[in-house]
Amino acid sequence: MPYIVLTFIGVLFILPLLWMIFASFDSHASLTASLPKQWTFGNFASIFKNPANIRSFVNGGILSLGQSILVVVIAALAAYPLSRYQLKYKKPFMYTILFATGLPITAVMVPVYELFVFFNLQDSIFWTMIFLTASSLPYAIWIMKNFMDSVPMELEEAAWVDGASVLQTLRRVVTPLMLPGIFTVGIFTFSGSWGNFFVPFILIQSPTKLPASVSIYQFFGQYGMVQYGQLAAFSFIYTIPAVLLYILSQRFMSAGFNFSGGTKG
Amino acid sequence: MELAVRNSTRKNMRLKRNGHESLRAALFLLPTWLLLLIFFFLPIALTFYYAFTNISLTGAASAHTEFVGFQNFTSMFSDPSFRMSVINTIVFLLASAIVGQQVLGLILALLMNEKKQWFRSVIGSLVIAGWVTPEIVVAFIWFAFLSDQGTANVMLGWLGIKPIHWLTSFPMVSVIIANIWHGTAFSMLVYQAALGDVPKEIQEAAMIDGAHGWQRLWRITLPMIRSSIVTNMVLITLQTLGLFTLIYALTGGGPGTATETLPIYMYQAAFSSYQLGYGTAISLILLLIGIIFSVGYIKISKVDL
Repeated sequence: MPYIVLTFIGVLFILPLLWMIFASFDSHASLTASLPKQWTFGNFASIFKNPANIRSFVNGGILSLGQSILVVVIAALAAYPLSRYQLKYKKPFMYTILFATGLPITAVMVPVYELFVFFNLQDSIFWTMIFLTASSLPYAIWIMKNFMDSVPMELEEAAWVDGASVLQTLRRVVTPLMLPGIFTVGIFTFSGSWGNFFVPFILIQSPTKLPASVSIYQFFGQYGMVQYGQLAAFSFIYTIPAVLLYILSQRFMSAGFNFSGGTKG
Repeated sequence: MELAVRNSTRKNMRLKRNGHESLRAALFLLPTWLLLLIFFFLPIALTFYYAFTNISLTGAASAHTEFVGFQNFTSMFSDPSFRMSVINTIVFLLASAIVGQQVLGLILALLMNEKKQWFRSVIGSLVIAGWVTPEIVVAFIWFAFLSDQGTANVMLGWLGIKPIHWLTSFPMVSVIIANIWHGTAFSMLVYQAALGDVPKEIQEAAMIDGAHGWQRLWRITLPMIRSSIVTNMVLITLQTLGLFTLIYALTGGGPGTATETLPIYMYQAAFSSYQLGYGTAISLILLLIGIIFSVGYIKISKVDL
């Protein structure tokens, strides 16, 4: 019985996706999911032929990759003293960070936009990247600190005894042992940013600077009503990195959903 | 024991390096402080300020921003579309997150518990596919699925049911279903992990004592995963509260104000009507609800620092 119910739910979950898969290979795609009479790569080809599409993927890549690198480096630096030192302000700091993790980013987008206008930072991939970095830091610091807590202190102490400096120890001893944490944070940040529509939608205006998440939406408005096949192909290509990163992340976080990243309840 | 030893070594090491430690910590934390202060806490503080001004993108108020007291709030509370968006937010939150994702996620995890591994992976992957798909693509997929010529109506046709104009006749139902499809995997993964931690012996003992399926679920399993349920509920509430993209791309908040939740209402006030001050006042409401749930999250998650 559970097998039948589960199979039924599974079928319900795959149904909406079938449209994207079939329509992207169909030169006469409509809004109905149906097997293409003639399979074609034409839709994908026309997506890749258009330089504007390529640019939007590159923009998205720069935004997400830049943000991921910044988040990993800054979070790792912050996690080190939080994990190793007895700081007076550690507890309030960690609580503030946890509190910030919970806040919906949507709620601050209007004042963030005002701030960007005030300092003349809007319509810039770089500053959008910096804002995205700040917004993902809280959760990244939590995860990093927890991974770092599990790296034994003794190894570092041994390196100090051998005369290594703190930064050397951090780079040569702690970082290699932290790789699972670094990859977890990096992958999470990248896919969160790759899929983020709202932030670049508010902060970036020039069509040439838009990442794929926003340009796909304009694509939908402009041609989507006719070119369903291309819209499906664009969506398909845009979804692939998110899926690949999820699969990759599975290697690094087997027990990740026990809320072990920061909480023990 | 081991921890005590480690702490004492750590203390010895610290004595030697005490002078540098707090300075070094400050340096390591500097980039974090700067970024969070400028791009996170300053906007939050600005929310509390701008919400009481008439700041706007165009017109006289864009040159001369003035303090207007509670004016934004009085006009907000007398605006029927604000009331509508509050009701929509609550309906959307309850139906898609609290009931939909949470209950479906729990059911999936319970049904999959102790099933064959390959079967779990197949069904799990299908559910996770909806979760991994970027939100904007989720909106397109569901636009296609629910459109007049979409797959949903084709299938209803097989059953002899006339096509339904999902997005115009049942817009709220449409966005709720799409969000359940997108978000359920998170709850499912949380509950799979939680159920994995419930000791088998307790279930077996209850079975020997003659407790049948529902009793075991109600009396043993659910109480044992209670903390996961509460934490998950708060987390998905926070996620759903700020949800913008899915609704914006699927229905645009319409038809009329039928699916206009607080984030959509906020966006329209600030960026379609250019009333940033008014938009910020709505942000403040959203932020305050978020703060309440975020504090709740800290309280119930029993953090281990």
